[in-house]
Amino acid sequence: MNDLAEAVRIVLATDVLIAILASAVYGLVVGSLPGLSATMATALLVPVTFWLSPIAAIATIITASAMAIFSGDIPGALLRIPGTPASAAYTDEAYAMTRKGQAELALGAGLWFSAIGGIVGTLSLMLMAPLLAEMALSFSSYEYFWLALLGLMCATLVARSSPIKAIASMLLGLLIACIGMENPAGTPRFTFGVTDLLGGIEPIPALVGVFAVSEVMRAMASAEPPKLPPRRFGSILANQWLLTKRYQWQMWRGNIVGIIIGVLPGAGADMAAWVSYAMSKKFSRTPELFGTGHPEGLVEAGASNNASLASGWVPSLLFGIPGDTITAIAIGVLYMKGLNPGPTLFTERASSMYALYIIFILANIIMIPLGIVMIRLASVVLRAPRSAVMPVILLLCAVGAFAIGNNPFSVLMVGVFGVLGFVMERQGFPVAALVLGIVMGNMVEQNFVTSLIKSDGDVWPFFERPVSSVLAAFTIGALLWPLGVWIWNRLKSTTGEIVR
Amino acid sequence: MIERRTLLAATTALAAPAMAQPRWPARPVTLLCPWAAGGGTDAVIRIIGQLLERELGQPFNVVNRTGGSGVVGHAALASAAPDGYTLGMITAEICMLHWQGLTELTFRNFTPLGLMNNDPPGVLVNGASPHRTVNALADAIKASRPGQLKASGTGQGGIWHLALAGWLDAMGLRADHVRWVPSNGAAPAMQDLAANGLDFTTNSLPEGRAIIDAGRARALAVMGPERLGAFPQVPTLKEAMGLDYSTGAWRGIAGPLNLPVEIATAMGAALKKVYDGEEYKAFLNSRGFGLTYADGAGFGRHLVAADASLGAAMRGAGLAR
Repeated sequence: MNDLAEAVRIVLATDVLIAILASAVYGLVVGSLPGLSATMATALLVPVTFWLSPIAAIATIITASAMAIFSGDIPGALLRIPGTPASAAYTDEAYAMTRKGQAELALGAGLWFSAIGGIVGTLSLMLMAPLLAEMALSFSSYEYFWLALLGLMCATLVARSSPIKAIASMLLGLLIACIGMENPAGTPRFTFGVTDLLGGIEPIPALVGVFAVSEVMRAMASAEPPKLPPRRFGSILANQWLLTKRYQWQMWRGNIVGIIIGVLPGAGADMAAWVSYAMSKKFSRTPELFGTGHPEGLVEAGASNNASLASGWVPSLLFGIPGDTITAIAIGVLYMKGLNPGPTLFTERASSMYALYIIFILANIIMIPLGIVMIRLASVVLRAPRSAVMPVILLLCAVGAFAIGNNPFSVLMVGVFGVLGFVMERQGFPVAALVLGIVMGNMVEQNFVTSLIKSDGDVWPFFERPVSSVLAAFTIGALLWPLGVWIWNRLKSTTGEIVR
Repeated sequence: MIERRTLLAATTALAAPAMAQPRWPARPVTLLCPWAAGGGTDAVIRIIGQLLERELGQPFNVVNRTGGSGVVGHAALASAAPDGYTLGMITAEICMLHWQGLTELTFRNFTPLGLMNNDPPGVLVNGASPHRTVNALADAIKASRPGQLKASGTGQGGIWHLALAGWLDAMGLRADHVRWVPSNGAAPAMQDLAANGLDFTTNSLPEGRAIIDAGRARALAVMGPERLGAFPQVPTLKEAMGLDYSTGAWRGIAGPLNLPVEIATAMGAALKKVYDGEEYKAFLNSRGFGLTYADGAGFGRHLVAADASLGAAMRGAGLAR
């Protein structure tokens, strides 16, 4: 109890509170700029943390990354420019809501359920960190392989087109993921001697291209839609309360899935958002509404996304294993400030640990008022004429892509993927499935190949290890399910004919 | 128009004698980092940049030029104008990539200014492993069939892979006697070690620090010339096995070829001051990064030696072409 009181005293210090507020505003602004990711927002903060006290330094990282991840949804919903692979899962849904005139509702849902997900994720971190960490450490490459395969299977679920076109898109994504030398053999593939292709295709330029640039191209090729009648949108929070009551079950499911997936290093928020969106559609009473601007999937995926961010800190704090690029940066800052990750952080430095928990919760709470201001400001974009907005989007796409590595090649990639996305959507191929293939491709291959190297080419360990066998049964069951349904229907109809 | 041109000519004429004097740096300097923001190289170059700014009175802005597994950033530095306003960091990969035939670029395309940091590889096993010492592990390796034991730490052909190949070679074994399991960096390898998926790893000890503290992994040795300050109880290979083998992932500051001598001298002196300062040492120690320094000439000799030894290790492991 003394530790808790001490933690409250630490957090309420003036410098910590100023650090939280300033980094919250900073995170919101950087995250909302298309193409500037939460990782970049965090990395740019590191030199500033040199001059801060340990807790203030960590507070800036925690707050800025949480804010940047939420505000990354803003360009996704308003302009169809997703900031992260995670938000790509529901970009189309949010953008469809914007076109129906419900931008504030979509963004409000992102804000509200992100905050709830963040708080629930933090509670899981507080109550179950050792248990969750045990789980994370029981995952070897065999288990990751099945998990990545399950993630890939979401491709057919999230798409609104025919399953065959979704699978074709996903396979194209897998082919793109083959490019470069970041594969288990370390051998360049499909690089055609181009140095810039050695590192492979980065997901962010591909995302920005297929979603945003293709949207600009479509706008150029079609007439301007009639203006939505200007209307005053009601209270953002009141509407969210209605959504919370209506989709309470989905919200909790999203939170739990997010916590479980988020705790696995390397799987993280991306997979959590995709799996939750797919689950939401699979178990929905109205799956046909998904993709038309229906908030149900947004609720579940948004909650899952942020819950996974919080639980992703578990392996980072306990074992120094980063869950994603943001926690990798945070681990560096923790060491620099003498708060070395490890079990001793939870026992000997308990007051610092509690202080971190309080900051997590504080950050998620102030996200709500600051986020509402941000949404109101950002939705001005919707009232601007299309001919003024589209060139700016194109410019932002180019600047954002360049900012990732100061490499003009990324800008070229944005253009290439823009054309690809435009052509694919014209022909009814879902671009979200392509993105899923690009994001998951490396994970599937890496874990499959390293597993086979470890087992000397034997496939039996994929089914032998306890967790692995459960995941294998899940995956194979999900694969064979449609076939089973088809045979069942055939049997039923043939027996029906005999009776008649 | 004419007026502007004369004005321009006048300012150039005025500036010319000033430029001839060793007044570098007269404007902000760009420091190129060939790896992404947030990584180890990025952290080291950013602290160097800040301390250089204090030393030389001009901002040193870090720019991450990523892509092509480090080739893009190294190439950008090599092809920059040798005017002293574009400098950067070169890493061990510059002595590896060309052996794999991935670039024409070698260390000879740079003017070395100062070696600033070196992280030696370690030997780590699972916390429940029966091997309590590096000698016990070495005996198990010698008794195993080729390919029976598995090790990891980074991708295929990465610096920790070469460390393993070099160690096996120093023990008189084939460089691929222990099978390498490629991973996306040290963190996934450490996790797999803790999940009992590997026999040992050869990444640096700071990369496994928290897992070691948690008792899930044990550090048996460090493949460096001396023990690490953060791990005083972990012996070197020389102490434990009498093997004179050491290597590491080093980082140093360099400029493009043909950098003017006065700029190289000024920068070299500033880097020495940065290295000798308390702040740089405190930062590297806090992160567990290894402290190593050599001036421009010493860094140049280091590059020649590293290029030869890494090339030999890569040929031994069948990675060079």
